[in-house]
Amino acid sequence: MSGPILETQEVTKTYMVSAGAFRGKRPLKAVNGVSLKVGRGTVLGLVGESGCGKSTMARLMLDLEDLSSGQILLDGQPISAMRRRDVARNLQVIFQDPYSSLNPRKSVDSIISLPLRVHKIGDRAGWTRQVEEIMDVVGLPRRLRHSFPNQLSGGQRQRVAIARALIMRPKIVICDEPTSSLDVSVQAQILNLLMDLRNEFGLTYILISHDLAVVEHLASRVAVMYLGRIVEEADTEDLFKRPRHPYTQALLTSVLTPDPRLGLPQTHLGVAYPNPIDPPPGCTFHPRCPKATELCQTTAPSPVIESSRLVECHFTETLTEEEP
Amino acid sequence: MTMEAVESTLDRTRTISHLEEVLEPTPGAILRRRIFGHRGFMLGGIVLVLILAMALLAPVLAPHDPYDQELTRRLINPIWHAGGTRTHPLGTDSMGRDYLSRLMYGARISLLIGIAAMLISGIIGSTLGIAAGYFGGKVDMVISFMITVRLAMPVVLVALAVVALIGGSLQVVILVLGFLIWDRFAVVMRSSTQQIRSADYINAARAVGCSTLRILLTEILPNTLNNLIVVATLEMARAILLEAALSFLGLGVQPPLPSWGLMVSEGRDYMLFSPWMITIPGVTLVLLVLSINLLGDGIRDITAPESRG
Amino acid sequence: MIPVLEVKGLHVDIPLAAGILHAVRDVSFSVQRGRTYCLVGESGCGKSLTALGIMNLLPPTAQRRASRLCLEDQDLTMARERQMSDIRGQKMSMIFQEPMTSLNPCYTIGNQLEEALVRHKKVSHREARERAVFLLDKVGITAATSRLKQYPHQLSGGLRQRMMIAMALMCGPSLIIADEPTTALDVTIQAQILSLLASLQRELDMGMILITHDLGIVARVADRVAVMYCGQVVETGEVTELFENPLHPYTQGLLACIPVPGRTQRGAHLGSIPGLVPTPIGDLTGCTFRNRCHYSFCDCNEKEVGLFEISPGRAYRCLLSHEVCSQNAARSQSK
Repeated sequence: MSGPILETQEVTKTYMVSAGAFRGKRPLKAVNGVSLKVGRGTVLGLVGESGCGKSTMARLMLDLEDLSSGQILLDGQPISAMRRRDVARNLQVIFQDPYSSLNPRKSVDSIISLPLRVHKIGDRAGWTRQVEEIMDVVGLPRRLRHSFPNQLSGGQRQRVAIARALIMRPKIVICDEPTSSLDVSVQAQILNLLMDLRNEFGLTYILISHDLAVVEHLASRVAVMYLGRIVEEADTEDLFKRPRHPYTQALLTSVLTPDPRLGLPQTHLGVAYPNPIDPPPGCTFHPRCPKATELCQTTAPSPVIESSRLVECHFTETLTEEEP
Repeated sequence: MTMEAVESTLDRTRTISHLEEVLEPTPGAILRRRIFGHRGFMLGGIVLVLILAMALLAPVLAPHDPYDQELTRRLINPIWHAGGTRTHPLGTDSMGRDYLSRLMYGARISLLIGIAAMLISGIIGSTLGIAAGYFGGKVDMVISFMITVRLAMPVVLVALAVVALIGGSLQVVILVLGFLIWDRFAVVMRSSTQQIRSADYINAARAVGCSTLRILLTEILPNTLNNLIVVATLEMARAILLEAALSFLGLGVQPPLPSWGLMVSEGRDYMLFSPWMITIPGVTLVLLVLSINLLGDGIRDITAPESRG
Repeated sequence: MIPVLEVKGLHVDIPLAAGILHAVRDVSFSVQRGRTYCLVGESGCGKSLTALGIMNLLPPTAQRRASRLCLEDQDLTMARERQMSDIRGQKMSMIFQEPMTSLNPCYTIGNQLEEALVRHKKVSHREARERAVFLLDKVGITAATSRLKQYPHQLSGGLRQRMMIAMALMCGPSLIIADEPTTALDVTIQAQILSLLASLQRELDMGMILITHDLGIVARVADRVAVMYCGQVVETGEVTELFENPLHPYTQGLLACIPVPGRTQRGAHLGSIPGLVPTPIGDLTGCTFRNRCHYSFCDCNEKEVGLFEISPGRAYRCLLSHEVCSQNAARSQSK
């Protein structure tokens, strides 16, 4: 089967939020027309800062929330037309916070075997065997099977979450900030594990993270989100060597590599932070953009696609490429 | 050991060193330790268990039949007064019935009403509360409105009115109380559910493909059990007191059933001469309600000690 | 030159049901005016408790002892709570990680800023307000006068953190302790806040202790670094020395764990430190890192490992000689 394993077409999600005590409800476009194609066996990194909509995208892809408009296709089929069970067999998730992603009242065995029990795969003896197998694969000692989450460390809990996600051998795993809550040394263990598992099981990952270094290490393709839209998308090496969009450039400059010879970077971004309820007119990035012109204040740019790169900026042709 | 050997055994990024100890005890062990350390809980628990034992073993322990009237032996003093006899350690009431036996059988009535009303109101209130907390939106609006309406009703007056219309009896009292005191269940379960609703493990269960009912029963309910049990004990105490009040007013359990509230009412006329007829059932009521409250407080402290001040 | 802060032999013990938790063990360092001292380590290493110990803001059950704890020339170990209360906010201030919970949501920003000054110095509210406006301006908050009337929830995370910095500066302290000041902020805001702190520090000639788990921040901001593990300082040095030649196996391990765009090979395994951080409860013998160390040998189990100084200000806590450690560093960095 060819074609992208997961595709989103002009997906939009609008929330109605109250804008104040007596001011009624106003629309908040958390996701504003996002189109993505995720290739089989690849890792798509979705990066952005708080309020960009990447977590909302994760929830939409998992069918945890309804789309306001657009479609999400899993292997060519719209998710809205599929049964929840069938979506779950193919698409699983690992959440950020290992402390709240496991039910504190359930044992590790019960948590990991939940997908098998819900989908009625195999019988009770089979469940135990499969749980033990997957625990071996993710590096959890078998004796922890009857432990409870409060007895485990952050890294161990995240491994339980990974085991739960993989026990049904899904095709796609959405990793929503999988290592952000973990210590540096544990983070490395978990990232290595994720890479090994991807090779072993031929998985496709959608990696959502604000940590650009992690994304650069793991992802084959990166999409940068800002206020609900994708402002740049390219192969990882390309994006990190030659970022075109001013926001991507600022993001990459802000990454603090452990090099003591360099000082603090200047991002020239300005202090003004947009309010998602009241986005700026024209290009939503213009108030913070060092290269903004009058055109940017009035007209929203449309995405420019050349070879395998997408940039949404009026000046993609004429921008000088800055080496980060 | 050569450096390579050391590295090959240590540099297994997949497996965790065997040196990790599971230091924390299981939730069950933590609970047991806390239970036996909590004085209020133990005290309330012991008293409640004693009263429960008295109620259950009443047919065996009671010296007489509580309904057995003997008009020649009316108003005998209890054993510590002059004129008391050992056959009637707590004396007899105005109809010549043995007071101690009535007290013991009265425990049955109070506990039965307390537990039954608590179960009925618990099921109604929890279902409404969990539904409101989980589904939110319009469902929450409707259920919150129902709770508000119910809170606006004065419970005792409504109970009185219903009983006055239909007539009082044990079953009527249980049903009336059960359908009236569910409000606290609903409010507490609603807020508990709302807190848990956004936890990632609920999202994970949905992503796995769990049906809504399964999520409500296996993911949400076990995590709200602490609060549920605390409210259940408090509502049980409330039901017992309400029944006593209703029976006192003559609109609850009807004589000759030995309800403690009824016994207080019957003793009213003899208050000045035989004060024990009011004080004894009053004291047992207080003991029962106090023990239930201590138990409830204890459960709350034990299951969520962080919330203590 | 007298250091702004001098800490020698700081210990913090917390009695628990399972025994005494030695959360901070024999920590010593000094901070100079105009320089940034970074305490870096993972969760549970004791860096936050060290700061709280200096400020005497520890939980009530915790016990602190230090052979020397001096702010400029004032001995903090002898200071009573009332004196500490005067010193906090005035001579030394702290900036916390999560600005939302560190600010009182019921009071306006102006109120909270003014209170910080009025509490310590006998100035009128008008003077306090002027200083508040001056500082808000300095930390880059535009329209400062109108901001005074706003409440914390009306500001974004970055602005709240700037406000926290302004509040910490109200009385002109000599020392600022910043505990993970940018962890809760976006990456683009992080760089701005760190630049702000650096420029304010230079301008006001303050000493700064920056506590973080992020080695990238340490590299770009610190003058001197102390790496903490399990309550102890395991390595100290100037920042360039530490990054170019990390001596302690834990520091080497940490540096090998981090993915660095352009340097670590994409898709390859990251270096890692196997195992978990042990909890320092009860009697401790030997090196607490031995179970996770690639180079441990039998002596690591028994011998008390002291902090070995190879030159003034450069020290590490390991039984291996520093030549061997340097070799190991070179090997692990070339991988």
